[in-house]
Amino acid sequence: MRQKVYFCAMKKPLQLFWSFFKIGAFTLGGGYAMLSMVEKAVVDQKKWIPNDEFWDMIAVVQSLPGVFAVNTALYVGHRVAGTRGAFAAMFGAIIPSITIILLLATVFREYRDQPVVERIFKGIRPCVVALILAPSLRMIKSAKVTWKTAIIPIATVFLIWWCKISPAYVILTAIAGSLIYALVIGRKTKDGGQKTEDGGQKTKDGRRPKSQVPSPQSQVLSPQSPVPSPQSQVLSPQSSVPSPQSPVLSPQSRKKGV
Amino acid sequence: MIYLQLLWVFVKIGVLGFGGGYAMLSLIQHEVVDHYGWMTTTDFTDMVAISQMTPGPISINLATYVGYTTAGFGGSLLASFALCLPSVIMVYLILRLFMSKRNNALMDNTLKGLKPAIAGLIFAAGLSMMNTQNFVDFGRGQYNLSVIICVLAFVASYFFKANPILLIVLSGVVGFFAY
Repeated sequence: MRQKVYFCAMKKPLQLFWSFFKIGAFTLGGGYAMLSMVEKAVVDQKKWIPNDEFWDMIAVVQSLPGVFAVNTALYVGHRVAGTRGAFAAMFGAIIPSITIILLLATVFREYRDQPVVERIFKGIRPCVVALILAPSLRMIKSAKVTWKTAIIPIATVFLIWWCKISPAYVILTAIAGSLIYALVIGRKTKDGGQKTEDGGQKTKDGRRPKSQVPSPQSQVLSPQSPVPSPQSQVLSPQSSVPSPQSPVLSPQSRKKGV
Repeated sequence: MIYLQLLWVFVKIGVLGFGGGYAMLSLIQHEVVDHYGWMTTTDFTDMVAISQMTPGPISINLATYVGYTTAGFGGSLLASFALCLPSVIMVYLILRLFMSKRNNALMDNTLKGLKPAIAGLIFAAGLSMMNTQNFVDFGRGQYNLSVIICVLAFVASYFFKANPILLIVLSGVVGFFAY
């Protein structure tokens, strides 16, 4: 009897472990490719979490630092089966990749000095560089960086690549700047949202008013308000980007835009 | 000592790693290649290629590999769990205590502001990998095949959104026959 109770208590964590194990073992292409598989397993098949709550949750998880897959697993696991569920889901998500890399690392160290392997990797390395540069430029495009705000990515590249300053400091500085900017824009929109009637479209949705407020740049560029889709808040092309380092500049350009 | 260093480095990366796997590359590269010298840029590039072709998060893959090469099996587990540790703490503290709607909106705006900086961060990681170890035949009077591969892969990835695994396999095949 006692065993049975214990088994029942373990059932959900085990299922969570197995679901995330499968997802971790078969998703290529990083966190965002994983998301639809998680949705299928957690929302459609097991019906552990309702659809809208799931996407709300993902929106929150995406704004956190760290490994996206791990954050998602922890949060889903915690929601479904508490602490045990959180850890079961997390280990399910990371054990496949740890195992695969450990196996590959031993093999790779054995064979990497083979001329054949060396030749193959000589071809692969330039491709990897391209595969890192391409998404960064795509991100700049989706962030709607203008000539004025281009200083931010350029300064970041210069500081990290040329001056060899630790990216940690650059990130901390950028966070501080963005936070100040977010506070300023938060206050501005609180006043502006009530004054301007033409901006009513953006303030109608009372659920998350502040995230709906478009940045000055996007107001100039696109007339309709960017609706942040839950799937792609960080990487979506719609999401507008204010400049973190110029909080003073932005309200002015906003007036110009309106 | 090496265990403490691994723990510190990957906890730091876990805390500051905004913006997904690629954004973490720059942090990992700085610590692992530039600061501690645990890997060469070429090793790092190879690992990124392998991570791209294997399932699972790229940062977990890198943490496992770095931990394994510096401190063996125990090191690989330690580095991977160190990377997850801030997430665990966040799920328990931040999500439960501080993630009200209002703070969430503030967070959204902050992240949007952070995005151009993160894009620059990723770009810098790519630039740091452009050296003569990775571009073996770069220079005057040579075929510059590596540059051609890089440009073609960039065009395919940026404009046509080609599958990265396919691109890596193709350039591996090119490398096999050309070098």
